[in-house]
Amino acid sequence: MTPSIVIDSVSKHFTLRHAHSFKEMSVRAFRRQRLSDRFTALDRVSVTLHQGETVALMGLNGSGKSTLLKLMSGVMQPDEGSVRVRGRIAGLIDVGAGLHPELTGRENVYLNGAILGMSRAEIQRKFDAIVDFSGVERFLDDQVKFYSSGMFMRLAFSIAAHTEPDVFLIDEVLAVGDPPFREKCLARIRELRGEGRTMVIVAHDIQMLVGLCDRGVTMRQGRVVYDGPTEEAGRLVREDRQARRAAAMGEIGG
Amino acid sequence: MTVTGTEPVPLRPPGDSGGLRETFRNKYLLRLLVRRELRSRYKGSFLGLGWSYVRPAVQFLVYFYVVGVFLGTNRSLEDFPVYLFSGMVLVNLFTETLHSTTRSVTGNAPLVRKVFLPRELFPTASTLVSLVHFLPGVIIVMVASLAAGWRPSAAALGAGALGLAIVIVLGFGVGLIFAAVNVFFRDLEQVVDISMIVITWSVPMIYPWTAVSGKAPGWVLDLYLANPLVSAISLFQRACWYPGTDGTFVFPPHLYGRAGIALTASVLILIAGRLVFARLQKRFAQEL
Repeated sequence: MTPSIVIDSVSKHFTLRHAHSFKEMSVRAFRRQRLSDRFTALDRVSVTLHQGETVALMGLNGSGKSTLLKLMSGVMQPDEGSVRVRGRIAGLIDVGAGLHPELTGRENVYLNGAILGMSRAEIQRKFDAIVDFSGVERFLDDQVKFYSSGMFMRLAFSIAAHTEPDVFLIDEVLAVGDPPFREKCLARIRELRGEGRTMVIVAHDIQMLVGLCDRGVTMRQGRVVYDGPTEEAGRLVREDRQARRAAAMGEIGG
Repeated sequence: MTVTGTEPVPLRPPGDSGGLRETFRNKYLLRLLVRRELRSRYKGSFLGLGWSYVRPAVQFLVYFYVVGVFLGTNRSLEDFPVYLFSGMVLVNLFTETLHSTTRSVTGNAPLVRKVFLPRELFPTASTLVSLVHFLPGVIIVMVASLAAGWRPSAAALGAGALGLAIVIVLGFGVGLIFAAVNVFFRDLEQVVDISMIVITWSVPMIYPWTAVSGKAPGWVLDLYLANPLVSAISLFQRACWYPGTDGTFVFPPHLYGRAGIALTASVLILIAGRLVFARLQKRFAQEL
């Protein structure tokens, strides 16, 4: 099997800067407060994903899965170790980010398509399919700021889902939209999966992930604790969730 | 994807395909971003792009009446309105470039955080938008100069092109640095806005450079003339205003020599800006 994404002992630290202006800085310095705090989001993570695999990235909030996804997409750079990817990457990561409220739906298809790496010819070829999938054709020439949030997300998802990358990163987008549209999205993801693309999916719905992915990677506090069949990876996350809930209950009770 | 033959695509770090070269290769996206910025700048206004005429028009009238009529520069400087306006369009090009590039990355924070794009796209698009706003001004200067008796000549066009080149290269270079630094220190936005006042008054746009040479000690004049913008604006006046006058005005000494140095310095600043931006952009996503 050809590796598609190689993550080699990657660490990522974040510096939480509390001050963003000279005033805040001097006030904090005067009070002898810390100007910043450092924490480790990823701790020597190594994973290799192969071409055509659909991998679920699981873990509680703050376990580092979104950071790992951002490193794969190139939005962030690792502090240590290396990330290497084969071919074009695109993400269904907060798909609404590229939509501009002042532009019409039609203009946004072109703009967002180009932002996600499509050429003009490619967008023109897929335009009808994108509009058809989103179901907003009636409002295509209205400014996007007048769209309902559902319409907004549907348009954004359809544009992203029609890019044809070699590696597809999907983060929590399936949580949006009404149930019928969600079904449609899942069908589209299965279709893309059938075309032999590498996919990395982050979601909280473990049941859905188990049905969708060949492999699960569970993360805990910036480390990979499990890499194998999705059922087992999901079971570990459920355990973590229960532990966290119990701890929270204990705090309230005690 | 362009894959030549059956050669497999190599594994490589994501996000290393940025840089200015990639930005200019992606012409289609750049054009869409420029259009988006123009569209959103005048959102919901009746005049739309017309506002880019109103602002300089008001500015011009204020300077013309206060400095030209009340303070009498109209009498001492031939065709003062053309002199004033030809300098003003270039100064406005520079200040607007600086203003919008400084905010270009922070203003696109959601995109910078979520999607990998060559980040140089944002300051580049801002600079291009400033150039779009510069066009109507230049057309007005041309019409006014023609009315004042200006006829195109190689010397005039060359001087104008050199002056414009200095302003664009310098503005883009400084803009790249400011766009990147503003991500870490938002104070810069305010500093840049205040510096606009200094820029407007520290170049021979409202008054002739001779006003400085008569009053200040020699080293102040040297410092004043070392400003690349002073050379650029003098050149633009040489191009648009000077040919229509009786030719008695004397430009600063060694104007072309200084302009050559100014252009070289601007190119060096642009190279530095590119390096600073490329280095700092690695941390954009986590800082925004």
